Amino acid sequence: MKIVVTDQAGADHELEGLEGWRVMEVIRDWGLNIKAECGGALSCATCHVYVDKDWTAVVGAPSEEEEDMLDSVGDVRPNSRLSCQILLSDALDGLKLTLALSAAKD
Amino acid sequence: MSTEITTDVVVIGAGPCGLFAAFELGLLDLKCHFIDILDRPGGQCTELYPEKPIYDIPGFPVVTGQQLTDNLMAQIAPFAPEFHFNRMVNSIEKQADGSFKLATDADEIFNAKVVVIAAGGGSFQPKRPPVNGIEAFENTSVFYSVRKMDDFRGQDVVIVGGGDSALDWTLSLQSIARSLTLVHRRAVFKAAPASVNKMQELAAEGKINFLTGQIASLDGENGQISHVHLTTDAGDLSLPATRLLPFFGLTMKLGPVADWGLELNDNTIVVDTEKFQTSVPGIFAIGDINSYPGKLKLILSGFHEAALMAQAAKAIVSPGERIVFQYTTSSTKLQKKLGVA
Ligand SMILES: Cc1cc2nc3c(=O)[nH]c(=O)nc-3n(C[C@H](O)[C@H](O)[C@H](O)COP(=O)(O)OP(=O)(O)OC[C@H]3O[C@@H](n4cnc5c(N)ncnc54)[C@H](O)[C@@H]3O)c2cc1C
Ligand code: FES
Repeated sequence: MKIVVTDQAGADHELEGLEGWRVMEVIRDWGLNIKAECGGALSCATCHVYVDKDWTAVVGAPSEEEEDMLDSVGDVRPNSRLSCQILLSDALDGLKLTLALSAAKD
Repeated sequence: MSTEITTDVVVIGAGPCGLFAAFELGLLDLKCHFIDILDRPGGQCTELYPEKPIYDIPGFPVVTGQQLTDNLMAQIAPFAPEFHFNRMVNSIEKQADGSFKLATDADEIFNAKVVVIAAGGGSFQPKRPPVNGIEAFENTSVFYSVRKMDDFRGQDVVIVGGGDSALDWTLSLQSIARSLTLVHRRAVFKAAPASVNKMQELAAEGKINFLTGQIASLDGENGQISHVHLTTDAGDLSLPATRLLPFFGLTMKLGPVADWGLELNDNTIVVDTEKFQTSVPGIFAIGDINSYPGKLKLILSGFHEAALMAQAAKAIVSPGERIVFQYTTSSTKLQKKLGVA
């Protein structure tokens, strides 16, 4: 299963992922620039990504709790999601997303 | 003049590992002072996950971040450690007599025979919004906290955020600011409903301005902003502004730890696994901030590190004194220190 991630510098990376993993974990384990400070506990918003427009319907909208957390980043767009809240499944094979500036490590 | 405090041990960071160190040090009669930039103990446990369950603390099938912190505070209470919150340790200098001088950003000096760095993932600092060039305005016209209300008197203030800090400062600064605009990305607020209602009343009376949107860029020169450009649902907008207060919560930054002349490895402090001492004798590092072969960033690892570190710290503070190994279960001496015998 693959996902395609565009980093903050605009470079594309095709990453191998496993069903049931959080998208954040895949991006982090491949060493891309994602802070993911709280390790997926939905309490930091430093795993912020933009979902490619072709995928927003499949991925779905953030929960209310996730929306609250998104208040703590200054670069929210309509296709913003926190990648620790997206679980990889067959339906998401080929998922495309872009890392937000607010997800970068220092 | 700066305040000066002299003690056996200064612990930098009041996260779980630092807190437990006060217990192990206390059993050996060493007195601790804690310094933390947060306003309460617990580090990541209380800042990032107070209500979440932890399942791998030995002896506790389940305990939340807040409960663990409360329990640690109760456990170390007999040793009466002193806490200095809301300040950051900026520097550590080794003195000629082998002791250390620490300086905080609150203009205090601490003299200690031993320093324990339990700085975790670094100090919690305000999140900087992803706006180009914002650094150039920080601490002159862009602030992440209000230290002096007077800095905002007669100014055109823009506050960004939807939590309690943003709303509370909107309510407090509106009467002294020349103009005040609250900007939040949506009309839903996490802040206390009473403050939100009050803010909406003020907006209805025209005393403040509320806009839904986000900061796109800043204009200004010599550290002084002149305009804040916003993207809003109603299109782009430019606001004259002389003060900006973004409130986006906190994030961990390694911070000054990197400048203390200690051997580092990928943003962590290298220690040995006998004493958990850094490359500078007398400075120890425990918990998430340290690294050694096989390191696991778990609370229980930090507890073990604290126990071994304390033995080595004792040898520095009381050279030549024999350290007797004792159990808290059976030693009346230890029980006296704990106030139970
Ligand atoms: C969501 C989440 C879940 C977790 N779950 C578990 C789990 O189940 N089990 C487990 O064992 N671990 C877990 N952890 C990890 C655990 O929280 C950390 O290992 C632990 O908090 C480390 O403790 P510490 O005392 O080393 O540092 P921290 O808790 O990071 O505390 C360090 C403190 O030092 C302060 N500080 C740093 N530099 C300075 C300075 N220069 N001046 C002043 N203050 C400073 C910081 O403000 C902070 O308060 C989890 C972490 C997260 C985020
Ligand atoms: S990793 Fe912290 S919210 Fe996703």
